[in-house]
Amino acid sequence: MEKSHSKHEWRANTLPAMVMVGPVTLVLLFLVVAPLIFVGIMSLCKTDEYYNVVYDFTLVNYAKLISPDYLKIYLQSLLIAFFTTVICILLGYPFSYIIARTKSKKKTLLYMLVIIPFWTNSLIRIYGWRTFLGSSGWLNSLLMLLHITKEPVDMLYKTGTTILGMVYCLIPFMILPLYTAIEKLDTSLLEASSDLGAKPVKTLFEVIIPLTSSGIFSGSIMVFIPCLGYFFVSNILGGGNTDVIGNLIERQFKSANNWPLGAALSIILILVTLVLVKIYQKLGGDMDSLGV
Amino acid sequence: MGHIVELENVNKIYGTNHVVKDLNLTVEEGEFLTLLGSSGCGKTTTLRMIAGFEEPTEGSIKVEGESIEEKEPFERDVNTVFQSYALFPHKTIFDNIAYGLKMKKVPKDEIKERVKEIMKLVQLEGFEKRYPSQLSGGQKQRVAIARALINKPKVLLLDEPLGALDLKLRKQMQLELKRLQKKLNITFIYVTHDQEEALTMSDRIAIMHDGILDQLGTPTEIYESPATKFVATFIGETNIFDGMVSLVNEDDVQVTIENGFISGKAEGFRFGEYITVSVRPEKMKYSDTHVHGFSIVGTVKDYVYVGSVIKCIVALPNGNELKLERLAGQSLPEIGSYIYPYWEKEDAVLIHSRENSIFEALDNITLA
Ligand SMILES: Nc1ncnc2c1ncn2[C@@H]1O[C@H](COP(=O)(O)OP(=O)(O)O)[C@@H](O)[C@H]1O
Ligand SMILES: [Mg+2]
Repeated sequence: MEKSHSKHEWRANTLPAMVMVGPVTLVLLFLVVAPLIFVGIMSLCKTDEYYNVVYDFTLVNYAKLISPDYLKIYLQSLLIAFFTTVICILLGYPFSYIIARTKSKKKTLLYMLVIIPFWTNSLIRIYGWRTFLGSSGWLNSLLMLLHITKEPVDMLYKTGTTILGMVYCLIPFMILPLYTAIEKLDTSLLEASSDLGAKPVKTLFEVIIPLTSSGIFSGSIMVFIPCLGYFFVSNILGGGNTDVIGNLIERQFKSANNWPLGAALSIILILVTLVLVKIYQKLGGDMDSLGV
Repeated sequence: MGHIVELENVNKIYGTNHVVKDLNLTVEEGEFLTLLGSSGCGKTTTLRMIAGFEEPTEGSIKVEGESIEEKEPFERDVNTVFQSYALFPHKTIFDNIAYGLKMKKVPKDEIKERVKEIMKLVQLEGFEKRYPSQLSGGQKQRVAIARALINKPKVLLLDEPLGALDLKLRKQMQLELKRLQKKLNITFIYVTHDQEEALTMSDRIAIMHDGILDQLGTPTEIYESPATKFVATFIGETNIFDGMVSLVNEDDVQVTIENGFISGKAEGFRFGEYITVSVRPEKMKYSDTHVHGFSIVGTVKDYVYVGSVIKCIVALPNGNELKLERLAGQSLPEIGSYIYPYWEKEDAVLIHSRENSIFEALDNITLA
């Protein structure tokens, strides 16, 4: 009796659940978990003199990662990510505020302005920037045409150029969570603040920003983390002068062909990401708004 | 006592929606004035124009004789208690209440002192460190009131502040609010759609209907001599008769209605004029024979017990119903019996119909 009951239950509840969740679990296992484990294992491997992977346990890859050259690039990468995030907040906040508070049909238009560039591959758009900023590009031609400068201004291959490209690629990830947070903001709170004698700037700092901090938080995470990895932006606009962690990884897997070292770098990047997300969670961040 | 708020010819139009029409209203210093009307009649809009969240399309608003159109909400000496409370969810109760003083850069010690004082006044001691989400509806309401009152505004605007509370709490808060208002001697402009609440609390009531101010008066004036048919039906229960003046005597008139004729005491009505007659259920009388001046007959249909009163429903020949009201224990006719309803002539309220051109009336005469 007992047995058939549990069997029945198994068929009624467990089986359908397994049928539904099963395929997803399998896909995740093969496409996420297995490769991750593989990367982990590889990061602990050696290479022979021809850079073939030798499956022999070592920590030498990790030891290499704390050399001053690498540390310099981590720092540089973190700084680039930091400035990109700050600029995204400063530009994205007012823009999100305007979209969220616009009532008319213009709202959709403004929203689309953020979304539409996403329909083009970001690599192409970044090449577009290079053409635009190059010494014979539009911007320089315009500057010379207007006699603002005599010689073309060297605008490429600078940290600032990379940050510009990063901001350009990542700002939608800032705007979307900000927009969501600002739209949720109850207008009567702003009215209450004004009613109680707060000037607009006061209302901004006392009410609007504190109540939309969740959006600032998740936007920052969603900009900061990819920024550490977007190697193509620094490749194309920074020309090797402005490497981020992503460049290091790319190089080990491609030109340097040192896969174990690349794997170790990847593991470091994953750990940095996890730490950042943990901090975000600790500060009260909402995982849903990261799309996790 | 002076005029603290004056609205002159205030109009508000949203697109094609004329929400407030030619509103003239003077609020006296220290009074409790209620804007009363059904939902959508423009009460909130009126309040928001005084607070500065909306601009009048036309007309002017003065506070203490000074025009305030140019002033932003944060520059106006009025405070609002919002229907949704609008407490800052990220601030403690203390910080919520202290907000206005902080904005005015009042010294910290004084803020502490005054917050403590006002929290005692609204019976919220001990809640300083809590957040709004940790309070009940009634407590939030007190915080919202304290947060506004602490600024000692010249006028406090309250938009259906008790709307979200249950009946018992609402009754209690009504009395408390009234007590606070008298104690602090602050002018209240109070919005509600609840006529009972308005009658209980107000010094004067302004009744709005479709954006128009129908009547402004004390609760007694409004209850006993409603100026329009809307006011008569909106405030309390009443029996309404639409008809035409068919006989004008020295100080009373006879009115012909569908079911016969009725009488009332009034001056200034002309023969042939369309009018509305309103008689409160508790003023209705009945007899088993004809009464001079009345010719209506009805059948007793039903009784309804409402607390300590009994309502008697009387059906008229055309299907309309009348209500008679008596305290429980007082005698009433039996169900099914024929009665002749009447009233003392001075108990009827006669109201000019909006379209009361005598010529129009003459054109439309159809003798019942
Ligand atoms: N911002 C607005 N835009 C357009 N119409 C509005 C706006 N605010 C209010 N209204 C309209 O004005 C009318 C009166 O609204 P309101 O003043 O809120 O009424 P009440 O408070 O008496 O219920 C309603 O028909 C409402 O739809
Ligand atoms: Mg309203």
